[in-house]
Amino acid sequence: MHTKTLTELKAGLAAGEFSSRELTEHFLGRIQQFDADINSFVTVTEQQALAQADAADAALAAGKGGLLTGLPIAHKDIFCTEGVRTSCGSKMLDTFIAPYTATVVEKMAAEGAVMLGKTNMDEFAMGSSNETSYYGPVKNPWDRERVPGGSSGGAAACLGARLAPAATGTDTGGSIRQPAALNGITGLKPTYGRVSRWGMIAFASSLDQAGPMGLSAADCALMLQAMAGHDHRDSTSLNEKVDDYLGALNDDIRGLTIGVPEEFFPDTLDGAIADNSREAIRELEKLGAKVVSVSLPSIKLSVPAYYVIAPAEASSNLSRFDGVRFGHRCDDPQDLEDLYKRSRSEGFGDEVKRRILVGTYALSAGYYDAYYRRAQQVRRLIRDDFARAFEKVDVLMGPTAPETAFKLGDKKDDPVSMYMADVFTIGVNLAGLPALSMPTGFIKGLPTGTQVIGNYFREGQILNVAHKYQQATDWHKQAPVLGGAK
Amino acid sequence: MSWEVVIGLEIHVQLNTTSKLFSGSKLSTGAEPNTQASLVDLGMPGTLPVVNREAVRKAALFGLAINADICRHSVFERKNYFYPDLPKGYQTTQLDKPVVGAGEVEIQLESGEKKIVRIHHAHLEEDAGKSLHEDFHGMTGIDLNRAGTPLIEVVTEPDMRNAEEAVAFARKLHAIVTSIGICDGDMSQGNMRFDVNVSIRRPGDALGTRTETKNLNSFRFMERAIKLEVERQIDVLEDGGEIVQETRLYNGDTHTARSMRSKEDANDYRYFPCPDLLPVEITDADLDALKASMPELPDTRKARFLADYQLSEYDADLLSGDLATAAFFEVAAKAGGDAKLAANWVMGELAAKLNAEEKTINDSPVSADQLGQLIARLKDGTISSKIAKQVFEACWAGEGDPDAVIEAKGLKQMSDSGELEKIVDDIIANNAPQVEDYRSSDDAKKKKKIGFFVGQAMKATQGKANPQQLNALLKEKLG
Repeated sequence: MHTKTLTELKAGLAAGEFSSRELTEHFLGRIQQFDADINSFVTVTEQQALAQADAADAALAAGKGGLLTGLPIAHKDIFCTEGVRTSCGSKMLDTFIAPYTATVVEKMAAEGAVMLGKTNMDEFAMGSSNETSYYGPVKNPWDRERVPGGSSGGAAACLGARLAPAATGTDTGGSIRQPAALNGITGLKPTYGRVSRWGMIAFASSLDQAGPMGLSAADCALMLQAMAGHDHRDSTSLNEKVDDYLGALNDDIRGLTIGVPEEFFPDTLDGAIADNSREAIRELEKLGAKVVSVSLPSIKLSVPAYYVIAPAEASSNLSRFDGVRFGHRCDDPQDLEDLYKRSRSEGFGDEVKRRILVGTYALSAGYYDAYYRRAQQVRRLIRDDFARAFEKVDVLMGPTAPETAFKLGDKKDDPVSMYMADVFTIGVNLAGLPALSMPTGFIKGLPTGTQVIGNYFREGQILNVAHKYQQATDWHKQAPVLGGAK
Repeated sequence: MSWEVVIGLEIHVQLNTTSKLFSGSKLSTGAEPNTQASLVDLGMPGTLPVVNREAVRKAALFGLAINADICRHSVFERKNYFYPDLPKGYQTTQLDKPVVGAGEVEIQLESGEKKIVRIHHAHLEEDAGKSLHEDFHGMTGIDLNRAGTPLIEVVTEPDMRNAEEAVAFARKLHAIVTSIGICDGDMSQGNMRFDVNVSIRRPGDALGTRTETKNLNSFRFMERAIKLEVERQIDVLEDGGEIVQETRLYNGDTHTARSMRSKEDANDYRYFPCPDLLPVEITDADLDALKASMPELPDTRKARFLADYQLSEYDADLLSGDLATAAFFEVAAKAGGDAKLAANWVMGELAAKLNAEEKTINDSPVSADQLGQLIARLKDGTISSKIAKQVFEACWAGEGDPDAVIEAKGLKQMSDSGELEKIVDDIIANNAPQVEDYRSSDDAKKKKKIGFFVGQAMKATQGKANPQQLNALLKEKLG
């Protein structure tokens, strides 16, 4: 069952080939069998999953299923889930049992989804390798010496390893797309404001966006259909009609214009990565798309702008973790300052502390104009670059990440080199655009991905492009061999 | 050479919205700690703020009331600092683009002189919770019921020159915010809190270094704190010292103040626009609707009181200043049919009694209608003003409406001339020497000496004789 896509499993449930309980037990079994090694889950909610599966079977039997009834899904441990630990990959929240449920989780549950558990992630979503998690690094199922990418590394790895058929992720600078590329799966970051942020623990509020991760574009469309929509509890959630993503999957792409930004293929880029994405674009050309070259001149400034804005917002967002109301609290505080200092020093890991320091500095009196204000100006330039490009093209394409999965520990002590892992994905977050990564082949046995960027609220179109590509290729169907048992 | 005092105020005005500024929690009024605090108010991970449009509307209404520019796209910013009763580690407030821009307020001084105090701006912000230092041995309790309560902070230009002007401004602001219904104005509940910035200089010099005295919660404390700080600054400067820019705390009970922190210890608040909130839009239609709904402002009401009730400038000023007082007066005046009498009673007997029992006019045991009835009985001669005070006391004690009290206690003036005539005849018959003495006096002395007979008659009637009638009768009989 685990080799099937979510779309296929939905059809199997509907046809009565298997029950949701059988399906859920199967994936719970795989998690038990393989995850000690991969470490993609922080918490497995077995009892709850089986109860939800039984309820789903009853609903299906009564002919009352929703979009996702009976389908097992893994949620990134950044989404609050009532009564279940929500750690955000941090010691700070190791004992935090969320008192409420995030909109994303709630909406998917309302459509009948079965929650398998909560996936591992970089601490507070800060990282591109899943090595900053308090619960230890996640291993890439294609090569367990290597990282799965991050920050939604647990989600991508559990999909790659077929320990779950679907997962949710969040993407602040590439945290859905980069791990999707490194694990050979499909992941979509929607338009900023398309999916509610209520209940999603904030890293950088103006950039964070939740999205679906799956084995195919069709699976992502199915999940997004359930996740998207306006939420009055999130002021930045947009009151735009939710498109029929499933209906748009098979739209004709003949005549579609693909823009290829030259900045996504710099001379310094690994030739194999560049060739792979160019090949994927050629495949779409064969299917009738037109390809034109475009330029995004300001995109080269996206990494420095991002590493001012995201830490600045994070430094403020993470102030609430002070040991007073929830989360880690140091033993025997001597006074208020001691309570703050030790609770935060003990609760946060190095990368989180680094970003709080950077962000605090960037917002400080005397530096604000030089850093934060300037970064916001750069952000506008990047947004304008994309807007100009979208006057001429329908979608933009290029490599998702500059390299395939790197060795665990390789970049741990070199933050700047780690930050460059998101060089192609960050601009999209700064502009607030939707983008997905789809598997487009292998380099030395490791999966690689290509990014498809759409205009605002054109999730349907990029899913359509990826779906057409996936109908013509089978890269997304490749799965790693796990400990002999496939 | 004299010193010139320069005062600017920052006033926190608590808006009387139904729910908090960024969450659906009800505003707390004496609830058990942390029972009026939602997930948002607690700063739970993953929660997000949603702006309360009612608070924005009330802030904009205030802007219109002081002729200020209203910002069409005002922006909320985060003011970052750590404090246990600040749940998110930042206060959501406004800095560069506050909802209310520059405006002005006219004040009237006791001398009758009028003065304009310019408003720099007014911004919307959320209140913090409370730290409770008692009842927790060696620890501090945190109550987040107040966290998220909507405030507008009104910031003046340094336009006031003494404590009297500052108090006049504060009272006027109180009159405006209560009149337009955006604040309950209960000072004892912290509905308005004042921070005063004070500096002194030689006339003509540049502004001196200022200090800020925070969180004064009554007009009286504000006045006393300003005077104390002015004296302190004069002493320091005249002793050759320098004023240190600092934040000070005033203790009203001991009438002392102390330094809380100097400029050097000031936080770097790292303001930046709150990414969880969009700019708050106010459209032309919003403004038109607000203008149409603008309640009567204190200045307009005062002009109306002068015109409609022929009150003195002083009476009109006092009665129009506070919405509750003004409303009480108008009801009493209409019911009683005599505005001057109503004004005298509201500012005299009623105010004194409320003061003595530390009650606000809203808690007055005598209602405006009852006072009106009392005034009507005074006016139609049913009771004398002396008896009226007795009736008022009875009403205050809850013994019923004035008419019922008059009836029950038999306090009606004796206006039956036959009955009174008999009493007068008796008094004349029983006091021959005094009658003789009176009759032999000149007119000037007679005026004084008639008092004896009035007193006797009042005694005989237990004060119920109609004074005019009695006087006329006595003059007639005594000759």
